Amino acid sequence: MSQKPFLRIDNIRKRFGPIVASDGVSLEIEEGEIHSLLGENGAGKSVLMSMICGMVRPDEGEIVFKGQSERFNSPREAIRQRIGMVHQHFMLVPNLTVAENYVLGQGSALRIINDMDKVHARIRELSDRYALDVRPGAIIEDLSVGEQQRVEILKVLFHGIDLLILDEPTAVLTPQETDRLLALMGDLVKDGKTVVFISHKLDEVMRVSNRISVMRDGRVVHTVNVGETNARALAHMMVGRDVRMELPRSPEPPGRVVLSVENLTCRAETGLPAVRGVSLNVRSGEIVGIAGVSGNGQTELSLALSGLLPVDGGRVMLSGKDITGLDPARINASSFSHIPEDRHKHGIVASLSLSENTILQRYDQKPFASRGMLNRRVIGEHTRDLIKRFRVKSRDEDQAIGSLSGGNQQKLVVARELARNPDFILVNQLARGIDIGAMEFVMEEMLKQRDNGRAILLISTELEELFAICDRILVMFHGEILGELPPDRTRLDELGLLMAGQTEQPALVG
Amino acid sequence: MAQVNQGVRETVYPQAAQTFYRTLSQIAISAVTPIAAVLVALAFGAALLWLNGFNGSDIVTVMIFGSFQDMRSVGEILLKATPLILIGAGLCVAFRCSIWNIGAEGQLYAGAIAATLVGTSFTGLSVWVHVPLVMLAGALAGAAWAGIAGYLKVRFQASEIVTTIMLNYIALILTSYLVTGPMRDASAAYPQSARLIREAWTPRIVSDMRLHIGILVAIVLAVALYIFLQRSSRGFALRVVGLNPHAARYAGMQVARNVMLAMCISGAMAGLAGAFEVAGVTHRLYQNISPGYGFEGIAVALLAGNNPLAAIVSGGLFATLRSGSEVLQITSQVPQVLVLVIQGIVILSVVAFAKLRDILRIVA
Repeated sequence: MSQKPFLRIDNIRKRFGPIVASDGVSLEIEEGEIHSLLGENGAGKSVLMSMICGMVRPDEGEIVFKGQSERFNSPREAIRQRIGMVHQHFMLVPNLTVAENYVLGQGSALRIINDMDKVHARIRELSDRYALDVRPGAIIEDLSVGEQQRVEILKVLFHGIDLLILDEPTAVLTPQETDRLLALMGDLVKDGKTVVFISHKLDEVMRVSNRISVMRDGRVVHTVNVGETNARALAHMMVGRDVRMELPRSPEPPGRVVLSVENLTCRAETGLPAVRGVSLNVRSGEIVGIAGVSGNGQTELSLALSGLLPVDGGRVMLSGKDITGLDPARINASSFSHIPEDRHKHGIVASLSLSENTILQRYDQKPFASRGMLNRRVIGEHTRDLIKRFRVKSRDEDQAIGSLSGGNQQKLVVARELARNPDFILVNQLARGIDIGAMEFVMEEMLKQRDNGRAILLISTELEELFAICDRILVMFHGEILGELPPDRTRLDELGLLMAGQTEQPALVG
Repeated sequence: MAQVNQGVRETVYPQAAQTFYRTLSQIAISAVTPIAAVLVALAFGAALLWLNGFNGSDIVTVMIFGSFQDMRSVGEILLKATPLILIGAGLCVAFRCSIWNIGAEGQLYAGAIAATLVGTSFTGLSVWVHVPLVMLAGALAGAAWAGIAGYLKVRFQASEIVTTIMLNYIALILTSYLVTGPMRDASAAYPQSARLIREAWTPRIVSDMRLHIGILVAIVLAVALYIFLQRSSRGFALRVVGLNPHAARYAGMQVARNVMLAMCISGAMAGLAGAFEVAGVTHRLYQNISPGYGFEGIAVALLAGNNPLAAIVSGGLFATLRSGSEVLQITSQVPQVLVLVIQGIVILSVVAFAKLRDILRIVA
């Protein structure tokens, strides 16, 4: 079998500008298996699969499908070779019916209108066979997210495929819908199809896969049979990078409780529960880390704490003051700084200058404004000072922040947030997408803040980052805090296990 | 590309010269592109006229310079520039907040109606009271009319593009109803309102010219809006909301409040333009008091790159073209539709060059 795999990907490379998305990926998929692709966000899973289904063209490398070298220029060509992909973001026209969506772009409109009855019949037949419960005449926008996903899957089946690629299909589903989807994947394989399942949820991957490939930094680092591995080992493979940095722990024991969160719950923008009763304390002079595979409620936790997402229940106290569900303006004013996860969405306004970005929260406060007018001299001096202190590489303070490198943008965001002299600093992904130099710099700044008695909550998917600077690490899984560990590298196994959602003590393995 | 240029520049110029050079190139880009836009458009227009058997270049010359015959004709240009500058500068504020107010025409009519109501009642007030009162009424009515669309946007996420266009129709039809019904001057043959009380008329700058002080108000307000946008805290928040509403929320800015503010400022400016048309030019309310100033104002703002200060110039330019086309209709055989086509080309060209300017800005 290994001489002639169903699909062979050989040394594929793809760059987007300076970003290397695929760094020589090789992978083999066998016929009739469910093959999971596991990896953190940005590991290159989606890009790789987009190249297989013709959405993106590789710069280098070869794709061999059924023994034939292929180079698809469009998804339509891939479908002709019976490869179909269901994307994370659905590609359906919301105000058309299911059947109309299926025939879009499928040749002559006139012929299709005549054949519409046949199309409906075929959809019903497929829907019955796989118990998909899809009505051909339903309008897309009337359907729930789960239903739309089944419509997407059926669309691919309708076009006739042998290889189905599912990109993070469970991210938007309820647990019940997830069970249903996993069962469907089994049924498809029984019918002779091959499924590639992209996910970063270990439990699901363990449940359905025959084989699992773990991706990291644009490469496949391991391929294992499901019987020969466990969730803990997988978590380790996903994030287990060498930890290089050794930074000093806090010299003094932490002080009073600055942030206290009790039983916080909130839902994601999709309406699904995301944070399910999180309780934690952060004291002055300590850095508390939250580890976890992304998508376990960390994003929502940080948005809810900073007032950007409504809180459903629980309480958030900052220095004894109740800040639960306040608007961001009032939370900002309560000595709360927030270094956001998504810098481009929340952290900066790319087309504005460095100066303007440094006063984002304090644009109407003294000394930056007086009598309603911006005090440009003071703002300029303040920004120049921050640029110098945080070594932000830039032409001058009037340069648009969007023209800086990611690391320098992040330095300015960190500088801005620390300059506000906060009691509490919420950090989500301190060093995402920035170079090593900038990373070390911002980490050392965090330690200085800790030594000055600030309370810091650091949410991160990078274990390296957490081990380097945290005083204790909480593990978040499915919207809950599963446990707490010291930043002790010898207990990495335990951490991996908690990240995979297993709380019981394991027998010691390897 | 930009990176490379920057590197070269750094090695060649010292710091101060560098800043100077950059500022100069930015100004050059800002100034040159609108002029180029108009020139390209006029070249196309001339070619179009030539294809239709006219002497294209002569006619284009008439369009630009024909209206500058004497002081009186310059006054007429400025009279037309008044509503264009007011509306254009106001729309700059809305567009900077990413609010696509297409309803300046309706807001102009709302302002005109309110100004007529105030200008035909309250006898016995002094000029010093009645004139500002009429202006205030126009501005408030325009702001309120725009505020409806603003409210629908922040409360129900209704697209302001759709609602402001719909509100245009409502305002136009409401005006028709008022001047043929409740507000009609019974003694007149045409549907029109009663004449405004003389104390409510906008004072003229020179007594024998129609040009009134509205042009001065327009220029002062355009400058004020520029300062508001670039130098005030509130204007800063408004720009941040327009550029990145997520970052605005993160920073604690009230997105809805800023959207309402931008909407109402642009509405007030259009309403004021309507008040000046009634109180300064016609002295009565008519059904079609505006020849489309509300729509041309959009082009004025676009040509100005959403900078209220530049709207003074671009408003003047569009007024010149408008006057020129009137001269053309009187002095030549060119059909009016061709003149409209040329104006259309100018607007298209402006949009294209505005895009080009943004690209050049990034590269520089």
